[in-house]
Amino acid sequence: MKGPSMDDLLADFLTETNEGLASLDAALLQLERNPSNGAVLSEVFRTVHTIKGTCGFLGLPRLERVAHAAENVLGLWRDGTLPVTQGGITLILSAADRIRQIVAGLEASGSEPIGDDAPLKAALDAAASGEMPTMEKPAAEPPQASMAAPPGAAPLPVQAAPPAVELPTSEPLAEASTGGNAPQTIRVAVDVLEELMVLVSELVLTRNQLMQLARAEENATFAVPLQRLSQITSDLQDGVMKTRMQPIGNAWAKLPRLVRDLSNDLGKRIELEMRGAETELDRQVMELIKDPLTHMVRNSADHGLEKPEQRRAAGKKETGRILLNAYHEGGHIVLEIGDDGRGLNTDRIKAKVISQGLATEAELAAMSEREIHRFIFRAGFSTAAEVTSVSGRGVGMDVVKTNIERIGGMVDLVSREHRGTTFTIKIPLTLAIAAALIVEAGGERFAIPQTGVLELVRVGLGDGPKVERIKNSAVLRLRDQLLPLVPLKQVLRLEPVTEAPQTEGFVVVTQIGAQLFGIVVDRVFDTEEIVVKPVAPILRHITMFSGNTILGDGSVIMILDPNGIARAVGLGLEGTEGGAMQEQATAPRRRDRSTALLLFRAGAGAPKAVPLNLVARLENLEAGRIERTGDSLVVQYRGALMPLVPLDPYASTPQSGQQPVLVFGDRDRAMGLMVDEILDVVDVQLQLDNAGLRPGFLGSCVIAEKVTDILDTGYWLKQGQPDWFETQVAAGTRPRLLIAEDSDFFRNLIVPAVMAAGYDVTTVNNGRDALRLRDAGEMFDIIISDINMPELDGFGLARAVREGGAWAELPMIALSGQSEPCDVERGRAAGFSDYIAKFDRDALLSSLQHCLQPMLAR
Amino acid sequence: MQTQLSKADLRAPGIANNDAASMMLTLTVAGQLCAVPVLTVRDVLGAQTITRIPLAPHEVAGSLNLRGRIVTAVDLRARLDLPPREPGQVAMSVVVDVGGELYSLLADQVGEVLSLDTEGTSPNPPTLDASWKEFSLGVHRHGEQLLVLLDVERLMALGV
Repeated sequence: MKGPSMDDLLADFLTETNEGLASLDAALLQLERNPSNGAVLSEVFRTVHTIKGTCGFLGLPRLERVAHAAENVLGLWRDGTLPVTQGGITLILSAADRIRQIVAGLEASGSEPIGDDAPLKAALDAAASGEMPTMEKPAAEPPQASMAAPPGAAPLPVQAAPPAVELPTSEPLAEASTGGNAPQTIRVAVDVLEELMVLVSELVLTRNQLMQLARAEENATFAVPLQRLSQITSDLQDGVMKTRMQPIGNAWAKLPRLVRDLSNDLGKRIELEMRGAETELDRQVMELIKDPLTHMVRNSADHGLEKPEQRRAAGKKETGRILLNAYHEGGHIVLEIGDDGRGLNTDRIKAKVISQGLATEAELAAMSEREIHRFIFRAGFSTAAEVTSVSGRGVGMDVVKTNIERIGGMVDLVSREHRGTTFTIKIPLTLAIAAALIVEAGGERFAIPQTGVLELVRVGLGDGPKVERIKNSAVLRLRDQLLPLVPLKQVLRLEPVTEAPQTEGFVVVTQIGAQLFGIVVDRVFDTEEIVVKPVAPILRHITMFSGNTILGDGSVIMILDPNGIARAVGLGLEGTEGGAMQEQATAPRRRDRSTALLLFRAGAGAPKAVPLNLVARLENLEAGRIERTGDSLVVQYRGALMPLVPLDPYASTPQSGQQPVLVFGDRDRAMGLMVDEILDVVDVQLQLDNAGLRPGFLGSCVIAEKVTDILDTGYWLKQGQPDWFETQVAAGTRPRLLIAEDSDFFRNLIVPAVMAAGYDVTTVNNGRDALRLRDAGEMFDIIISDINMPELDGFGLARAVREGGAWAELPMIALSGQSEPCDVERGRAAGFSDYIAKFDRDALLSSLQHCLQPMLAR
Repeated sequence: MQTQLSKADLRAPGIANNDAASMMLTLTVAGQLCAVPVLTVRDVLGAQTITRIPLAPHEVAGSLNLRGRIVTAVDLRARLDLPPREPGQVAMSVVVDVGGELYSLLADQVGEVLSLDTEGTSPNPPTLDASWKEFSLGVHRHGEQLLVLLDVERLMALGV
């Protein structure tokens, strides 16, 4: 029998080696980019050296031979005897792969798999002796399968070696941890954490039950300790959740290698940029998204990016870029996978849609470009003209979408021809605990995860919204949209399907991807934090539930899966709006013309409003945090001092309680506008009435039958920081911007935003004035133009600019209230480089950056 | 944790493992005596609040909360194709462990723990009702009555 210590040693060795290998690829690629990086080289050397040293001790000769041969080469590199070459790196990478194979076999069977390493070893030895062999592709010898090696040559399995008496002295380790400041971590089996998580979840449920009992109880003797228990439970829950959190970078570790190999296989030059690798998420979620993520990166490399010569012909850098970005947003993590490749070919998608009978030509004509692009999420949809070995393996974007939606996530894409495609995935940080809305239908209670819930609408009472019928389906007209309705008690068969739709109750407005729909319920209770538990295997075939949970009162309740419900009733399939939903397809576009305004109260007089897009954040500050310096108020905000300006000059500084603040700002500076109360966000069509103009306001507008003053943000920004518009960018390096816009209102909105972002701005009223500047010899870096202007409109201006003259090559961005595809198309035809909806500040700034990139790079 | 304790309790001191394997808990369903192996039983509960599960197979009565664990209740009468309980008649829950998952078997009554000699098990008699036969591992004579050994795994092979 093997001594237990040997098993333990082997297990430790495997874990350690796997960890070492995980970082090895990345380090090698780094080395390839910068061969003179001694620190990285030492790290690589140490990793391989440790593997070699330990496996010698454990009696793993195959592994030792490979590691030893690789170490020889690395040692010569480290000493500077041999130069680091790309071919050499490839060789070491192959050695790492071989080590990985052997380790995998070791894990599976407990002994080294049989295989022939001689060619690899020979190549490594040749490299060590200074010859740079062009190693033939090692594809010919998958070691596991080939039994070619004479059995005699293969050493007997580990068992033959007598168990070592003493523990290995940490010799190689001591050498490895030169700094001596090893991180304070211990290795814990995942099972232990999972078990801990289950226990904490149950503790949370018990706590909730206790709290509910205590609320009904008059006797408060245990109220205080219970409160503490509750607090500690919450902290404990947070703590345990944290142990499950891992940086997303762990899921990305294999990607640089993947991209390198892909770029070799595909003959493309690809640069992979990863941002936000430290963003953390639950390891369970991470495991679930790893594969879709890899698939999407593959896709970007294979289909998204062009070959170097194609890129050169299109006037792009030869090296294509894949950008991974991760960040937190609310209780979600957002992942972006973008490339600067050719973008989706809308025409080809259209052709495919028609040939597959997914939609008619007329239907397609009514769809926006984005809606058409979403067809790639449909099952069996691939537009790649040829199936390549890289991504043509029958796993399409539909699988990606299904997998992401299964864990309550969403996936969407934005693609521009010749500019590239960006996929955005939004997934909950953790699947274990979720906020849920408790509703009742047909006498039973259900939980709806809050993530997909947009709003609640009460229907059937007084003048409120009403349920209508179009053909055979119930719909709700909500603002400008028609929402298909799903009566919960009918889809769950708690009540027979009747002809008459339910007209009273609540509509839970839910979003799946781009599809909005309403779930009709009888009653709505509270929201509760619930611990999601999987349903019993005998119930897993019911796709309308994503799990079950125990509520604070101890009762068991099913958790609804909005995706499952949508699918069960035939919604949520991209682009398949039925006849009744035709109106919906056009509805969102109509909404583009209206503006989202944030309504608030400040001082006496009319309510005030500001376009929501201009507000960076809404905060409720503790009054105690507000400090006074001289005449002004400031607050410590995100590690810096932020000036606060009261909108109502007569308002007294609050001494206690909460102070609602609208935060305006960009990257490194911010200012806060103190208001009395935030009222609402409304979508309105702005009809500005300039009567009663006073400083700080652009005018007024009737919103919800009340006269409302519209804020002039530029004025208030200057109140907070007089030098607001003097940017931190040194003069001369600031990009010069020409804005052609006839409306004072829009000028007042755009100018502060772009100035704050560091641009030098000149404004003109129409296209004719703009051309006058050109003829006067003025020069700019970029032009932003409105479309509808007197004298010479945006299209005319663009055509005139492109016709010739000093400005002919300048990037031009169109800014318009109308952003329907035909408008966008017209804009492009006229010569605009980009087309942005008015008020979309972020889109404008990112477009500016994008257009100016070549210039900024200079 | 609790559930594991109760399992240990049932395996109580003095009873060797071999004996425990042949210990049976008797139940009554629609007048028929039947039994399940004690080692699979985690708990016996009286009347419980059971949450209905829409769209579930009709044998599934719903789910209940067993000390923080969610247990799916299967009504043995429905599973065995027997007439439903009289209104007002309360079901007993016998919580069993099937492959790590807890299920509650709803029976009319729960009897006693018996040690059955496995050699005394006879094959199903031809007179046994067809619906019982499907889930019977064999029968035992118990005094005047015939005792059906229930195949718990088979009972739970639902909806797959």
